[in-house]
Amino acid sequence: MLAAASLTDVLTTVAREVERAEPGVTVALSFGASSTLVRQVAEGAPADILVTADEVSMARAVDAGTVRAPIRIASNVLEIAVPKGNPARVRSVADLARHGVSVAVCQAQVPCGSAATRLFARAEVTVRAVTQEADVRGVLTKVRLGEVDAGVVYATDVRAAAGAVEGVPVPEALRVVVRTSAAILTRPEDRALAEDFLARLTSAPGRVAFDAAGFGPA
Amino acid sequence: MSPAGRRRAAGRWSRTSTTATPALLLAPALLAVGLLLLPLVALLVKAPWSAMPRLLREPVVGQALRLSLLTATVSTAISLLLGVPLAWVLARTTSRAVGLLRSLVVLPLVLPPVVGGVALLLAFGRRGLLGAPLHSATGLTLPFSTAGVVLAETFVAMPFLVVTVEGALRSVGTALDEAAATLGASRLRTLRRVTLPVVAPSLLAGAALCWARALGEFGATVTFAGSFPGRTQTVPLAVAIALESDPEAAVALSVVLLVVSVAVLLALRGRWVSLGRVPR
Repeated sequence: MLAAASLTDVLTTVAREVERAEPGVTVALSFGASSTLVRQVAEGAPADILVTADEVSMARAVDAGTVRAPIRIASNVLEIAVPKGNPARVRSVADLARHGVSVAVCQAQVPCGSAATRLFARAEVTVRAVTQEADVRGVLTKVRLGEVDAGVVYATDVRAAAGAVEGVPVPEALRVVVRTSAAILTRPEDRALAEDFLARLTSAPGRVAFDAAGFGPA
Repeated sequence: MSPAGRRRAAGRWSRTSTTATPALLLAPALLAVGLLLLPLVALLVKAPWSAMPRLLREPVVGQALRLSLLTATVSTAISLLLGVPLAWVLARTTSRAVGLLRSLVVLPLVLPPVVGGVALLLAFGRRGLLGAPLHSATGLTLPFSTAGVVLAETFVAMPFLVVTVEGALRSVGTALDEAAATLGASRLRTLRRVTLPVVAPSLLAGAALCWARALGEFGATVTFAGSFPGRTQTVPLAVAIALESDPEAAVALSVVLLVVSVAVLLALRGRWVSLGRVPR
């Protein structure tokens, strides 16, 4: 299974549950930027399921003919992550544009990057990020290490790194929502197993895991 | 066996052992050549030649190229300034501790660059061992700056120079230095007028290797310096990003790096391979 970096924790949890419930089945997970995964699938990466952070990436995979019939499995919103103690006292999206505040974002090519661009446009601010990371976990790491004053990540990333980073929620009016989508590859390695896993993701146990991780309803 | 027969046998023996390559070796050798060359050939075959001029004129490409040339050159200059003295110390000191020191300073040669990047963050990052006092004293931060790229490239590339120059210094030995000293030359003068000229070919080779390695650096740079166009996004980083959005541009940039690498190898003309066989 190839999955967006933002799903690292929740899918690892679900995968362990599946492995416990069905002896003999091992779920191999590979996490990265959704755009990278879409390219890897197009280049013939051996996988069964593709999970992207947003629907734009999934649409590209559908257009390329590498996956079929994607479904929404959850939603996510952007949030500002700051290092413990919030050294630069970031309280709002506008604070990210303040002089002397170093900000990490994702590259514009990946879902969290394009979502951040939309967020800044909505808040009408010009943010000069110091780095554009390859995926959302790269941004989170830079915040965790305290190398930047703030990073634009998903609400679920802040929750996953609770204790190491603090979250500054984005007000309702500026909210940028991305929809996590999953699809089975056109030529999966094991279709039955893939369908089984996808069913589990969308059913009650999967839902519990996604809710616990802070994802919103599909 | 008649003498002629012996000669024939000897001739046959020498032909098979020294001139003709046994088929047993030829097949894997050809496979090796294919493995090494096919990807490069593919890069050239698949390169969007007609679109190249347009792609290479894109501002982001020019930015990345300029940044790469600048940082690789500065890294090489720093490596020469610091690495040549280090090579001298390693080559001329007989203490046993030097052996350990040598293994440690060339560690970046075998260390995964990403690990190097993490280590650099922990040392020179805003909360790093040295980075934290530096930041609180001067407000300077190295990560996410062009200086950070230079630091990452120097970390990864300097060992190439050190190893090359140290090998040369070792193999020329100390006889010439001693002769110069006998004739009354000071130690610095000996270094400048005798030792360095003798190892000049290796110095050049080391510098070229160091420069090429710095130019291609990816892992430590992206980890320590992040990726931002014009400031820290060097060509290898731009290639990785372009692969996501504009694969043609990625191939075009890759061809540029390939050409540069080939040029460096041509300039070295085998000097690298003959390391340690410095003229006496």
